[in-house]
Amino acid sequence: MRKSLDREGLKGIQYLTGNEEILMRMPKAEAREPFGEEIQEFLNTLSRTLLSMPEARLYPDVVTFAFWIRKSSVKKLAERFTEKNGKGFHLGRGVAFHIAPSNVAVNYAYSFAAGFMTGNANIVRIPSKDFPQIALINKAVHAALEQHPDCVPYICFVRYGREQRINDALSSIADVRIVWGGDRTIAELRKSPLAPRATEITFADRYSLSVIDSDTYMAAEDPGRIADDFYNDTYLTDQNACTSPRLVAWCGSKIGQAKERFWGFLLERVRQKYEFQPIQGVNKLTNAYLAAAGHSGIHMVCCGDNRLVCVELDSLFDNLMDFRGDSGYFYEYNFRDILELKPICDDTHCQTVSYIGDRKMFLPLLEAGIRGVDRIVPIGKTMDFDLIWDGCNLYERLTRTISLM
Amino acid sequence: MDFEEMLQRSPYSLSKEEKEAVLTERLAELTEKHKENCPQYGNMLKCAGYERGKIGSYKELPFLPVRLFKELELKSIPDDQIVKTMTSSGTSGQAVSKIYLDRTTSANQQKVMVKIVSDFTGSSRMPMIILDCPSVVKNRLMFSARGAGILGFSIFGAKRIYALDDDMKLDVEGLKAFLDKYQGQRIFLFGFTFMIWQHFYKELVRLKKEGVTFDLSEGVLIHGGGWKKLISEAVSPEEFKKCLQDVCGLSHVHDYYGMVEQTGCIYMECECGHLHASIFSDVITRRPLDFSECEFGEKGIIQVVSTLPESYPGHSLLTEDEGTILGEDDCPCGRKGKYFKVLGRLKNAEIRGCSDTYAEKFR
Repeated sequence: MRKSLDREGLKGIQYLTGNEEILMRMPKAEAREPFGEEIQEFLNTLSRTLLSMPEARLYPDVVTFAFWIRKSSVKKLAERFTEKNGKGFHLGRGVAFHIAPSNVAVNYAYSFAAGFMTGNANIVRIPSKDFPQIALINKAVHAALEQHPDCVPYICFVRYGREQRINDALSSIADVRIVWGGDRTIAELRKSPLAPRATEITFADRYSLSVIDSDTYMAAEDPGRIADDFYNDTYLTDQNACTSPRLVAWCGSKIGQAKERFWGFLLERVRQKYEFQPIQGVNKLTNAYLAAAGHSGIHMVCCGDNRLVCVELDSLFDNLMDFRGDSGYFYEYNFRDILELKPICDDTHCQTVSYIGDRKMFLPLLEAGIRGVDRIVPIGKTMDFDLIWDGCNLYERLTRTISLM
Repeated sequence: MDFEEMLQRSPYSLSKEEKEAVLTERLAELTEKHKENCPQYGNMLKCAGYERGKIGSYKELPFLPVRLFKELELKSIPDDQIVKTMTSSGTSGQAVSKIYLDRTTSANQQKVMVKIVSDFTGSSRMPMIILDCPSVVKNRLMFSARGAGILGFSIFGAKRIYALDDDMKLDVEGLKAFLDKYQGQRIFLFGFTFMIWQHFYKELVRLKKEGVTFDLSEGVLIHGGGWKKLISEAVSPEEFKKCLQDVCGLSHVHDYYGMVEQTGCIYMECECGHLHASIFSDVITRRPLDFSECEFGEKGIIQVVSTLPESYPGHSLLTEDEGTILGEDDCPCGRKGKYFKVLGRLKNAEIRGCSDTYAEKFR
C-alpha cells in the first residue's frame, strides 16, 4: 500500500516549481532508470538554458552547476556508476525529499540533480534566504520543463517556515530523505518519522583542513593561481562550508618562506574581493582567546589585517576543532611526520583534506585506520560536487537494485 | 597616584597627560595581577604576544572581547573570596556574562559610582522613585544587570518607592502620595530607558488625557540600558527628553552607558548630551579592520578600560558597540576626560556555510 497525502498537512507550502497536485501524485510517479535518455535530455536543456542566460555569468557557482549537468558530464557519471553495478536492474527509489542547507545558494540544485539523475521524483525544500542564484536556476528549470513535459511529475521546489507538520507530511511519502544543513537540522527532521522501508542520507556538521608541502609550493610556477584556488575554497563561502579548511598544516624544508608567500598572495586577493563585516574581527579575536584559554602554545600571527587571522599552534590538541573559526581564521601547524595529524583526522567529523604536494604522503595516515577524512583533493577542488560525497555513494543510496536472474 | 588617592579626587579632574600616566600604571599593574592569578587570562596574553616591557601606554594592552565572559568563567580569586556574582541581562536561553566580585572590587565599584553620579546630582541623598517593578531585585543571589543597576543607584535614594507594580502597571496613588509628601524637594528618578518609555511615559500620556498629571520639574532622572528597543520605535534621545519634559516637566535627564562587565565605571551624559569618561576609566574606539585607534570623530568599535576589576580580568574589554569619540578635556560642560557618543551594536555577521543557523549563538 502506498501512502497518500493529507492536504491539511501541506498548508503553508509555497511552490517555486510544481504545485500541490504534482506533489500529491508523486507517490504514484513511476520510478525511472538512472541516467535515462529523458533525464539526460532534461538536464542538458537546463544546462544550456542556464549558460545562455547572461545574468548567470555573474555567478560562478551557477555556471559550475550548469557544466556539471551537461550531457557529456552526466554521461561520464553514468559510465562510472552504472558499469560497476552492471549485474541487476536499477531504478530510482521513488520519492526523494531533500532538505537543502539554508545558507548556501546552489547546493539545493546539486541535491535535486543527484536525485533526478538517479531516477527519483524530487521534493526539494529551498533555502529561505533569497539568493539571486535560486531565482536564476528556477527560471531555467521552468523553461526546461516546458520543453520536457514528461519531467513535470518529478520536480517540486518548495519553501515553508520549517513547520514540523509539513516536515511530517513530506517525510511520510519519502522513500529517501536527504538532509543537508548540519546536526541541528538533522535533529529537527528526525522528529518526523519515515516509512519503514524509507532510508535517509544525512550531511552532518563537518570540518576540513589543508596540507601544504612547502617545497612543492615554493617550486610552483603560479602562486597567484594557488591563492585564487584557496580563496575559492575558503572565503567564497566565508570559510564556513564543511569543505573549508580551518587548519593549514605545513611540512617540508621551506615552511617559513612558503607561509610568507602563501598568505601574502592570499591577502592580496582578500583585500580585493572579500566583503568584511566589522563583527568578524571581534569574532576571530574571541575565537583565538577561547582556544587559548585552556591551552598554552597558541600564538596569533599579526599581519595587521583582521580579514586574515592566523593562529599558530605548538601542538594539535584533541578538541581544537571546537574552536574553529570562519571568515578567514586559520590555525597553522608545522609537522614532520604526517601521523602528527592523526588527532584531527581520526574523528568522524573530519571531511576533506585539500593539499599541495604528493598525495602519496597521506597513505600512512589512511593506513593508520583513521575514522575521519572522506576526501583528499588538491587545493581548489574542495567544492567540486560528485555523486560520492561525504564518503557516501549517492548513486547507490538513491537507487534500488533488482536482482534479475 | 595610587587607587586610594584617586578616590580622593574629583572624578573629572585629570587632563589627558596626567590621566594617561595614571591609567597606564594602574592597568599594567592589573594586567600583571590577573596574569598571575587567572591562568586562562595568562594563556590569552601569551596568545596575544604580550610582554610587559613592550607596553608604553595602556592603549597597547591586550583587550578581551566581552563575549568571553559569557563563554568562560574568568576570575582571579579563589572561590571563597567571591562575595557577589553579577550576570548580564539576557533573554532566556541566551548566554549571560558571569562576573565574580570580591570585597574590594565590589566596594570600589560602589565608591566610584557614588563619585561619578554625585557629580551630576549633588552629594546629598534624595527621595527616589524607581521606574521599575520590585520583583527585579528580589533574587539577591543572582544579580541581573537590571537588578544590579537599581540596587546600585538606590544608594542615592533616602526614601524609595517603585513606581510600577509587578505587572508593570503604574502605581498612580502611591506616586501621588510620594510626590505630595516630598513636595518642593529634589526627587531622584532611576530606570531603564525602554521601561521608562513603555511603562511610565506612555502611561503618563494616557493619564494626562484623563486630566491626571504629575509635576516632576524638581526631578533628576538617570536612565540607561541602551536605545536598541527605542530605535525600533523610532524614538531618538532628543525626542525622549522632550517628551518627558512635555508630559511631566522633567528637565534634568541623564542617559548613561555602562555594562555589567565594568560595573561602577559608568559613563554619564552631561548637560551637553555627551557621555563622559571619568578618571577611573576610559574609552578607545578602534578600527574594525586592524583594531588601530580611531581619530576623534571617526566611528569605531568601543574598547573600555576600567581601573576597578581586581577579582576578574575585565579591566580592558572590547565591546560589540560602535561609537565615536567627540573630544577630550574640552567639553563645554567643563568636565575633563574624553567625551563620546554610542552609535549602537555591531551587526551580527551574515555568513554562508553548510550548517544552518538557528537562534543566534552569542546574543
